[in-house]
Amino acid sequence: MKCRKCGGKASVNMRQHKLALCKDHYLEWVPEQTERFIKKYDMFTHAEKILVAVSGGKDSLALWDILNRLGYHADGLYLGLGIDGGIGYSRESQHLAERFAKENGLKLHVVDMEKEYGQSIPVLSEASHRGHGKPCAVCGLAKRHEMNRIARDLGYAVLATGHNLDDEAAMLFGNTLHWSSEYLLRQGPVLPESDGLARKVKPLCRFYEREMTAYCLARGIEYIYEECPFAEGAKSIYYKELLNQLETTRPGAKLIFYLKFLEARKRGDLFAEQNIERAHLHPCAKCGQPTSAPDLCSFCRMIEKVNAAQSIEGI
Amino acid sequence: MIRIGDNLVKLVLRNKEYEVRAGMNLLSALKKCDIVPESVIATVDGEMILDDEILKEGVVVTLVAVISGGGQP
Repeated sequence: MKCRKCGGKASVNMRQHKLALCKDHYLEWVPEQTERFIKKYDMFTHAEKILVAVSGGKDSLALWDILNRLGYHADGLYLGLGIDGGIGYSRESQHLAERFAKENGLKLHVVDMEKEYGQSIPVLSEASHRGHGKPCAVCGLAKRHEMNRIARDLGYAVLATGHNLDDEAAMLFGNTLHWSSEYLLRQGPVLPESDGLARKVKPLCRFYEREMTAYCLARGIEYIYEECPFAEGAKSIYYKELLNQLETTRPGAKLIFYLKFLEARKRGDLFAEQNIERAHLHPCAKCGQPTSAPDLCSFCRMIEKVNAAQSIEGI
Repeated sequence: MIRIGDNLVKLVLRNKEYEVRAGMNLLSALKKCDIVPESVIATVDGEMILDDEILKEGVVVTLVAVISGGGQP
């Protein structure tokens, strides 16, 4: 297969675009496309400070690298979750994120959950009895809370995550299976800023997951290849596998699934937005972040509950 | 270049190994091993190869799994 731009040997073939490129032209194409999506969805400008949520995985490191190459002011945020799983998962992820920052002269904020709240994510999950024996629910809740807190406290205009099209298509698939109308109406490349909540953007939302892997391989970006030890059996992975089977026989199926959803949502074809009851949000009595709960937000309630239980145990 | 003999090609995905006859292209090899082509990127000696690449005898193809995730941040 030949590169469409130079006729040399192609390294990446994107069947959904009927486009094959050599390594050099692929490394030019990815930032060009990212810039196009940033502008198309009004994500941010060169004048704004961006906080990139960096996990040490391929997508977030690729995103950080691309934004840096495009000349954006993008700093990183690494959340130390305290996950070991016999492979030192969090320790290795942090090491890779810090090394990438150092090699590229980038600023990385590191927040250690255990130092900040006295518990690692697995311990917090066990103590709070959330998530049916798996820490993923607590992990997601803590990440959302902390990413927003840091973005807000440090004055970042926007929080960028490395969600790719496969992440978005899998989430869309799951939400459609359950007809989760409120989640469907919120899903998109940009979640606008609101009182107490930083703007959230997903600049990679139109790249396939394998394109981000190819980008890291071509750029020589070392990322954590091992799965999170708790990801085994996750529904989102199962949905991705199903969608990839579909994509193999119907190239472009994932892209069309997501883009047609965005179009339908924009036109208001999905659900009448005015019929969705919007929960009244008010500031959490402890941390001040918006919540629909009557007093404390879910995160602060969980922390209080765990602390209370542990102080009783200590008596 | 790492090579194996007996007119075979080795494919390695995480800690699993597969063997196919040399001379087929990558796409056919992946199908033969029941690997969904969309879920991997194939490399030989660190360079990415595409579906139409004819696999020569003794070549070792390292497959990089592309799916990650579990949580939604």
